[in-house]
Amino acid sequence: MAAAFDLNNDGVVVIIGSGAGGGTLGNELAQKGVDVVILEAGARHEYEDFVNDEWDSFTQLAWKDKRTTSGDWRVAKDFPNLPAWIVKSVGGSTTHWAGASLRFQEHEFKTLSTYGKLEGANLLDWPITLSELEPYYAKAEAKMGVTGTNDWPRLPGNNNFKVLKAGADKLGYKECHTGNMAINSVERDDRMSCQQTGFCFQGCKWGAKWSTLYTEIPKGEATGHLEVRPNAMVVKINHDDSGKVTGVVYAEKDGKLQEQKARIVAVAGNSIESPRLLLNSASGKFPDGLANSSGQVGKNYMRHTTGSVYAIFDKPVHMYRGTTMAGIIRDEARHDPSRGFVGGYEFETLSLGLPFMAAFLDPGAWGRSFTTALDHYDHMAGLWIVGEDMPRAENRITLHADLKDEHGMPIADVHFDDHPNDTAMRNHAYKQASALYAAVGATRTFPTPPYPSTHNLGTNRMSEKAADGVVNKHGQTHDIKNLFVSDGSQFTTGAAENPTLTIVSLAIRQADYIATQMSAKTI
Amino acid sequence: MVTIYDGKPGLSRRELLKRGGIGALLVISGSAVISPEHAWGLETSALKPETMATLIQMARDIYPHDQVPDKNYAIAVKGHDEQAGKDAAYKTMIEDGIADLDKKSGDGGYRGLGWEDQRVAVLKQVEATPFFQAIRGGLVVSLYNQKEVWPIFGYEGESFSKGGYIARGFNDIEWL
Repeated sequence: MAAAFDLNNDGVVVIIGSGAGGGTLGNELAQKGVDVVILEAGARHEYEDFVNDEWDSFTQLAWKDKRTTSGDWRVAKDFPNLPAWIVKSVGGSTTHWAGASLRFQEHEFKTLSTYGKLEGANLLDWPITLSELEPYYAKAEAKMGVTGTNDWPRLPGNNNFKVLKAGADKLGYKECHTGNMAINSVERDDRMSCQQTGFCFQGCKWGAKWSTLYTEIPKGEATGHLEVRPNAMVVKINHDDSGKVTGVVYAEKDGKLQEQKARIVAVAGNSIESPRLLLNSASGKFPDGLANSSGQVGKNYMRHTTGSVYAIFDKPVHMYRGTTMAGIIRDEARHDPSRGFVGGYEFETLSLGLPFMAAFLDPGAWGRSFTTALDHYDHMAGLWIVGEDMPRAENRITLHADLKDEHGMPIADVHFDDHPNDTAMRNHAYKQASALYAAVGATRTFPTPPYPSTHNLGTNRMSEKAADGVVNKHGQTHDIKNLFVSDGSQFTTGAAENPTLTIVSLAIRQADYIATQMSAKTI
Repeated sequence: MVTIYDGKPGLSRRELLKRGGIGALLVISGSAVISPEHAWGLETSALKPETMATLIQMARDIYPHDQVPDKNYAIAVKGHDEQAGKDAAYKTMIEDGIADLDKKSGDGGYRGLGWEDQRVAVLKQVEATPFFQAIRGGLVVSLYNQKEVWPIFGYEGESFSKGGYIARGFNDIEWL
């Protein structure tokens, strides 16, 4: 059964966040007999509590605390206080994610070497290689039940996929299938298979899609070594005179502050909250924030080069039926500078329900040009572009100078400007996707701007040298040996692939490292 | 297109009809906007009923869907009346915003403009104002989040209780 640890227990590993990174790390450590407290800012909603309703679900799960935005990205204009569409709930954004589980390509760990120096980009090679991560990718795929691996069949294609596949064939794309999805295609792990319900983004009510909420977390709790404390918003990490972290201060639901002592602290609050917390933990000894001797905390914010293309046909599609991300084309994911940009991108089907389609198709638009698109909602097909964006020092999370949250903690400002490479890639993808749908007979296509960010990356990046980044190849901060980062903010660069599989793989690897170091009493 | 009549005391239904209504009729009566044809009415408590009638027309002009009845536009904007009841500054913004629309529309006011394009031309002039943004921003949720309108667009909504689409057409496309 779930453990309950004393606030003064300074032998525990405290993990901040219960999503792909934190939830996985917590279970992996608990399985090894390490005592873990996960502090989760959100409430605990089990999967039967999820709702098949976009706005109601958003209210239930989304991280809605105010943030500010700046920069030339359109999100700053259309959604100035909602830069990211991520989750504040036990399970974190693994409740909301689509399930796409792709390994990075070899060159994506070596972008500086492969792409060369690019003006306005802060490229850097990862301190690890694909071959080092491969055994952990395999463990993650096995844990998550990724289709197309371990002899698990791929999911059947829905209507939206069939349109995509027909267009891919017409354009001569070769690698198009229903993806590698952490969604059960067969019953396994005491969870049922996909019922093609749609609403993957609203939390899978069948539990068919992998989420730490109903896999890692209960498994960890069953060991007796894991306690998950919901409604616990961490506001500060404390340290001693020697510079080691000693515990964290968090606000309970009613605002009351508590301190949980810790032997080790792992930050996994996603790429906006994690740097916010490190920056807010500044002290006399660390005036620029914890683990920030490089000055890189909060910098190099990446969000993938995204965008969508929706298309209308003269016959019905009903794209919303079935798996939200129902298929993929990988041909454009290669690095091929002849296209006018470095790196690559994936096409993945996507569907929004009518309420969110109205909000996101062309935010701010009105009049007949806009409404005639929605009039044909059931004749629409759609896809999402997800490509590698360039890390830029100027794209960063900072603490707001004036605005504070209910706990008195400065809110995060998210600044983002597209790099010219991002824009070139997006325009290429818009053109290809429009051609793809035209080839199947689309009568109208809509190059749809990026949504608030779902893939938030890079703000505590991994680097070989302490001067270039925040953490080493194990996610251990260069400056403080018992402070770790366990989420996508570790990413040195973003790659073209959806990040969750890599976050989970890194967390499994990090758990091995932490347990070894604890045994050796080096931390 | 919707033609709006400001009902005057004693104006009979026959007289109303004599004025040559095209499509649906909205009638102002006391503190309410009434659709006699479709048997619904919307009471206002803070905003003037004429203001509410104009808001309904404005809502349709912002997000025109000819197959969506006025009732759903009325439901979509009624929150502004509630908000105006709680917040005097908000009430002023709405009333002033509507008065400004009427002024820019000439003698017959906003609702007196016969063509959608004429009304849209007026809306374009105020597009950047907080008033317009409040109306449009609220509407994108309050109109499209009405479950009643979803079938009009072919959106089926909740599917879990029906067992998803695994046996209900997730892959039933036949024209490819």
